[in-house]
Amino acid sequence: MDIHEYQAKELLAGFGVPVPRGGVAYSAEQAVYRAVEVGGERWVVKAQIHAGGRGKAGGIRLCASEADVRQAAKDLLGTTLVTAQTGPEGLPVHRVLVEQALPVERELYIGLVLDRKRERIVVVAHPHGGMEIEEIARREPDAILREVVEPAVGMQPFQARELAFGLGIAAPQVSQTVTTMMGAYRAFRDLDATMVEVNPLVVTKEGQILVLDVKMSFDDNAMFRRPNVAELRDHAQEDPRETEAVEHGLSYVGLEGDIGCIINGAGLAMATMDMIKHAGGEPANFLDIGGGASPERVAVAFRLVLSDKNVKAILVNVFAGINRCDWVAQGVVQAVREVQMPVPLVVRLAGTNVEEGRRILRDSGLPIITADSLAEAAERVVAARDRVKAA
Amino acid sequence: MSILLDEKTRVIVQGFTGDKGTFHAKEMIAYGTNVVGGVTPGKGGTTHLGKPVFDTVKEAVAATGATATLILVPAPYCADAIMEAADAGIRLVVTITDGVPAQDMMTVKRYLWRYPKERRTRMVGPNGAGVISPGKAMMGIMPGHIYARGPVGVVTRSGTLGYEAAEQMRMLGIGQTTSVGIGGDPINGSSFVDALALFEQDPETEAVMMIGEIGGPQEADAALFVKENMSKPVIGYVAGLTAPKGRRMGHAGAIISAFGDTAAEKAQIMRSAGLVVAPSPAELGTTMAAVLARKPSRRVMVPQ
Repeated sequence: MDIHEYQAKELLAGFGVPVPRGGVAYSAEQAVYRAVEVGGERWVVKAQIHAGGRGKAGGIRLCASEADVRQAAKDLLGTTLVTAQTGPEGLPVHRVLVEQALPVERELYIGLVLDRKRERIVVVAHPHGGMEIEEIARREPDAILREVVEPAVGMQPFQARELAFGLGIAAPQVSQTVTTMMGAYRAFRDLDATMVEVNPLVVTKEGQILVLDVKMSFDDNAMFRRPNVAELRDHAQEDPRETEAVEHGLSYVGLEGDIGCIINGAGLAMATMDMIKHAGGEPANFLDIGGGASPERVAVAFRLVLSDKNVKAILVNVFAGINRCDWVAQGVVQAVREVQMPVPLVVRLAGTNVEEGRRILRDSGLPIITADSLAEAAERVVAARDRVKAA
Repeated sequence: MSILLDEKTRVIVQGFTGDKGTFHAKEMIAYGTNVVGGVTPGKGGTTHLGKPVFDTVKEAVAATGATATLILVPAPYCADAIMEAADAGIRLVVTITDGVPAQDMMTVKRYLWRYPKERRTRMVGPNGAGVISPGKAMMGIMPGHIYARGPVGVVTRSGTLGYEAAEQMRMLGIGQTTSVGIGGDPINGSSFVDALALFEQDPETEAVMMIGEIGGPQEADAALFVKENMSKPVIGYVAGLTAPKGRRMGHAGAIISAFGDTAAEKAQIMRSAGLVVAPSPAELGTTMAAVLARKPSRRVMVPQ
């Protein structure tokens, strides 16, 4: 789960991490009010979306007067911002962050990630901030500093000091830098984050260390014990179909193709999509209906898949283990009757009670195309899609 | 032979009296698994499915001599259950539970390392289908009837894709020594390498199938391990060729975030390490059949 920059800054500030003075605004008037509140002579107005690349896309405005702040907020709020990271459809801007703009001496990179190889939290730092870490890694891989955190004791101040000195931080700012890193680590640990990326961390001309921009992501599996983080979820930044899927205990990811997929199990879902591609088609979505393919779940799955107007055919592939095929087949038949299927449907069942399941589909009198194997299922759904396209 | 589990392994179930525990324990017993009891705190001293229930894992181990546990407790309590089992001296922990926080798994793995190697607990899962040694015993949630006894070792992240592989092999008359579901989480108890090392040592296993997916470094590590340490042929497949970057595909661990994370990159790494990569997920069985038919095995010793 991702949150907005201003939310991440508020969370980090609670762990003693220095952030610029600022606040969120939902309207131009509120933006001006925020500017007056934070004081100073120059401000930045930053569009709040769950993606990077905002600066180049015009989503970050430097303002020298209250009138500028009002205009910038007016320009940004209510628009859709398309950046290199959002995809062509962009993301809606409903909030802006108004912050004091301070003259910057130096930009650095600090990232905390859950390293899957080491199975530890790793702090990554680089003396040049502002670029994406992938680009940093490509251009100057040798300058990347790393500290691996021992989970039994947590991050220690000496590790932060080593990073600070390694980054060439001047002696007067080392203690502030250590406070920043330790705070970011505690936030990561205590809030079940999977990533805290401070990019850039800046040294201002007055010698102050500040988190200028930050991205935080969280472990969905841990949100049950982090209600204060879970409530920061902004559904406007997410695909509404994905939100509906989550509410029903399903997992959905919208894609570009035209063959809708309804499958049990994430691995089988990905493999089925691969098979569709192999057979000359393009999947419209990833959709894992989980272990128990109840009629209600199957019906929700059909509605989700059909809400994508590109879908020209649907493939249901269920390998029944705990749940039996006859039960899944009944669910499919019931759901098809409910939703009035407007496109061809291919169903492949396998596993427990498969013969009975196939019989129920055949005897339903519904125009369901059946398949016995994964390969057959993919070929038949691609052929059905082609017939729809040709018609 | 089989790895990890056979008909003699004394198994307990944590979360024994719950709905899931009851359902799967019944299936396991029906399959022939030597289930000797279960643990549900507060229900110690009672009997469930004709087996004794204990309050703690330590009591269960003392009374039954159990060496393996299947954990079916809800995600918030899962890490605690795993550490309790390790502390009680259980040798094999199989965890089915989906949704365990990643930092909990980090803590658990650190905890397991505190024991010396000769008594260290081996953990499989979470978020996997479990372990089955066909015809002998099963610790997990898989449909036992699709598996047959035979010479192939299977290690897979995905449960249902593992079923698909077993079914394709069964159609061709190929069975398994053991099938291990290591699970779809970013941090899991056993890796592909752990399972591959066991299959390499197992005299009955003639070939191994490893089924990976997008995200994380494990498949690449495994490919390197195969190249350097395995004499048996390994066939591989990586699900998720069509997955977009940066999107989580169902499994918590299935996300492309770094170089080497994509299915195509992983398949390429596997090929260059000498694995036979199945051209599509519909050809897992036929690829294995071809490898088994090609005797002697792929690694030919050339005298210097």
